Amino acid sequence: MSVFTLTVNGRTHSVDVDPSTPLLYVLSDDLELRGAKFGCGLAQCGSCTVNIKGQAVRSCVTAVGSLDGSEITTLEGLGSPEAPHAIQQAFIDEQAMQCGFCINGVIMTAKALIDGTPNPTDAEIRQAMATVLCRCAAHQRIFQAIRRYAQSNPTGRTA
Amino acid sequence: MTPPATASLTSDARDALATAGFSRREFLTRSGALIVTFSAAGVVSNLGLGPGLASAQGINGSPGTALDSWIAIAADGRVTAYTGKCEFGQGLFTAQTQLIAEELSVPLDRVRLIQCDTALTPDQGTTSGAQSHPANFNTTNLALAGATAREALVRLASIRLGVPVDQLSTKDGIVSAASDPAKSVSYGDLVGGRKFDVGLDANAKRKHPSTWTVLGTPVKRLDIPALATGRFEFVHNVRVPGMLHGRVVRPPSVGASLVSVDESSVRDMPGLVKVVVRNNFVGVVAEKPWQAIQAAAGLKATWSAGSGLPAQSTFHDRMRQSPSRDAFTVNSGDVDEQLAAAAQLVRATYLYPYQMHASIGSACAVADVRGESVTLWSATQAVHPLRNTTARLLGIPPAGVRVVFKMGPGCYGVNGADTVSYDAALMSQSVGRPVRVQLARQDEMAWENYGLAYVVDQRVALDATGTIVAWDYEGWSPSRGGRPGGNTPGNVVTGFLAGFEPQPFTPRTPAPPPERGFDNGSNTAPSYVTGCVGQECGGCGVVKSERVLNHTVESPLFTGPLRSPARLQNTFAHECFMDEIAARLEADPVEYRLRHLRDSRLRNVLAAAAKTAGWDSRPSPRAVAGRAGVATGRGVACVLYEGDNGYCANVTELEVDQDTGVITVKRCVVAMDSGPISNPDGIRNQVEGGTLQGVSRTLLEEVTWDAERVTSVDWRSYRPLYLGAVVPIVESVLINQTDVPAMGAGETAVTVVAAAIGNALFDATGVRLREIPFTPERVKTALARR
Repeated sequence: MSVFTLTVNGRTHSVDVDPSTPLLYVLSDDLELRGAKFGCGLAQCGSCTVNIKGQAVRSCVTAVGSLDGSEITTLEGLGSPEAPHAIQQAFIDEQAMQCGFCINGVIMTAKALIDGTPNPTDAEIRQAMATVLCRCAAHQRIFQAIRRYAQSNPTGRTA
Repeated sequence: MTPPATASLTSDARDALATAGFSRREFLTRSGALIVTFSAAGVVSNLGLGPGLASAQGINGSPGTALDSWIAIAADGRVTAYTGKCEFGQGLFTAQTQLIAEELSVPLDRVRLIQCDTALTPDQGTTSGAQSHPANFNTTNLALAGATAREALVRLASIRLGVPVDQLSTKDGIVSAASDPAKSVSYGDLVGGRKFDVGLDANAKRKHPSTWTVLGTPVKRLDIPALATGRFEFVHNVRVPGMLHGRVVRPPSVGASLVSVDESSVRDMPGLVKVVVRNNFVGVVAEKPWQAIQAAAGLKATWSAGSGLPAQSTFHDRMRQSPSRDAFTVNSGDVDEQLAAAAQLVRATYLYPYQMHASIGSACAVADVRGESVTLWSATQAVHPLRNTTARLLGIPPAGVRVVFKMGPGCYGVNGADTVSYDAALMSQSVGRPVRVQLARQDEMAWENYGLAYVVDQRVALDATGTIVAWDYEGWSPSRGGRPGGNTPGNVVTGFLAGFEPQPFTPRTPAPPPERGFDNGSNTAPSYVTGCVGQECGGCGVVKSERVLNHTVESPLFTGPLRSPARLQNTFAHECFMDEIAARLEADPVEYRLRHLRDSRLRNVLAAAAKTAGWDSRPSPRAVAGRAGVATGRGVACVLYEGDNGYCANVTELEVDQDTGVITVKRCVVAMDSGPISNPDGIRNQVEGGTLQGVSRTLLEEVTWDAERVTSVDWRSYRPLYLGAVVPIVESVLINQTDVPAMGAGETAVTVVAAAIGNALFDATGVRLREIPFTPERVKTALARR
């Protein structure tokens, strides 16, 4: 066990865990955050995605010991039910989910894309989402929500 | 036509009640005290009232107070409603909230819905089979409770205000006199905090859909803001003080038994609490989840050799040779004669693989077992049945078990939610502390209750004009386990490993005549037959000579309901075959279907889908331009789901690359008629998701295995439609029928996709694929044989 200091959604936390522990378990168990979720533990579905340095990172295969102290943003860090982030609002407006279990990975992956590529083409969206799974098959609405956010975001928002 | 299923309980619920050993009436008398929980159901759990205690209070003196177990009104006018049908992502929580707001004439935000908790909610069996609308949105159960409550409030107001009932109206939780709006009284003043003490009134009048202002409108899902912002509490997020983490260790092959466990192999693992063994069930419990995972991986266990699995390549043929349990859906007795006399005989065989629920999140549950007192947080579809089977598993009375539903990932049937509930319960019982278990992806996929593989042999006799005069269906499907129901924990893997047998398989040949009229619940009969059993004819079609014989055989793998169970497989076989017959006769597929359909609503959805799609009326296949490059085609399929539970037709347009065999579905026009629509956006979401899930199942999905074990155990080896895929535009054509009962809508759209794609592929290429999935290899092989 070792003590690690993590900055998550602007708050600093110290956790005492085995360095091999995947970040996901620290987020969902030690910090009791609900955004990142265990879907497969194999980096195959996207449910556990968080954003680090503007990149979509699969927290289920990212050992806590490998982190360099960069700020971690989770789905909760974007906005709240009362004040959702624009990308979250786009998903609410489009009713772009069914069970909603995948939507963490969908939103965090799409946000990382649009932060870096403010006006992505459909092909770019598809490429970014190629390893994200929605088993309820809400594909149509998810794409509409991503486009809606991208169109509302001409300059490449990073907040 | 058999009437839509509007009985007060689903068959699952009736089975559950029968096996649970108490009647619905007893439940209602015991649960009259739900009023004590109104507007603050959380209080019950916060107070730590033992399971059963909450519903035991105030039993006496309130026999038959059924309404109080569904609806309670607080002094401030807020309404709490209790339902046994729960949310799985299909939008039912919001739709039921709309229902109560509508029937009670209160704003949506004044309604709080409590769903699926054995201590609080009515036992409505299982949330499955597209039965929630039939059960709760017609003239029974939750809808009737709403109507009864509103009429009861109006009667109370009539006395209070001295105004006749027929001169009172309700709005925003206030009853007022039409002649003098000053004469009014709020619900809170009338009954707030007290019981209604009336029974559900079968004559209570629901509001007519033409007057609806909340129900029937596209209210946005109440849970989506929390889901979109990471605040929603899934069962995965349940945290209990003192909670430990468990991990299962499943056998290495099907049929393997545990020989020994070397506990010393993990003794020094950090955080290890206990190795739990019961019969062939093995699990480890640790302080933290990652510690449990590492301990499970490090545990040395010795297993016997497995029982072996039959070769996958010959599995369908093997089913035909296996001992079977046989059942007729219908048998007019003259089919052989008609087939022998046919001007033309058409035959074909269709094959369907095992598929899996493959929920996006692996299954999770939290159990807190303290002696005979148990709280189980579960994403099960069946809280009350699970209560009983968990008690059996743990060897304790069911009275002490409380099952609290917490949503999991979309389940689409009996996924891992029940089995992981048993995993958590067994481990918690062993350590005497709360235990959370989430399955490894591989452990869930390797031991699921898979959706049914199928073989269907179809034959029809045609007369000289090309009309179908006899239809002969013979199907084979495997079965092992299934829903645990009220008393069979061995129907899922954990119960089986812990020493319980699955529901026994009893061969029966020959099949007896149909027992209870025409029951097309599994869509074994095509839409085109009359479905005559005795004097009653429940089919949608005109073909009088009809024989539908199904063989259930023993499955080497666990099976269970997967969205549109058997209905999808049979509809694939029926609707492709209908297309083959039409093609043989050079008839237009829509026109040829209509020739054999008498049910006006099925005809209407078919016509509506064709019209919206701009159906190109002509025989299939289209004149093929070339044997290389991209070919395009259109196909159609339709169904009356379960024979009485939702009409649907789908026109699909696709492209197929004849060089690679890759099918790209471009457009699906889906017409639906499931009676009065509760929430048009909710039903659209179901149509879109069901259709795309159908595309995934048609093109991509198949459980695979070798001689020892299932080999499709992750998202590489079982690969559904990812978000990066090019997917069709799904256009919903919603037919809102307001003067008929509400039917299900969650499983209808998925049912027709495979056939529509198969028919469009034939239209594009002249090649008929009769085995799912339509992989590029299968398409290319078939094209090469042209």
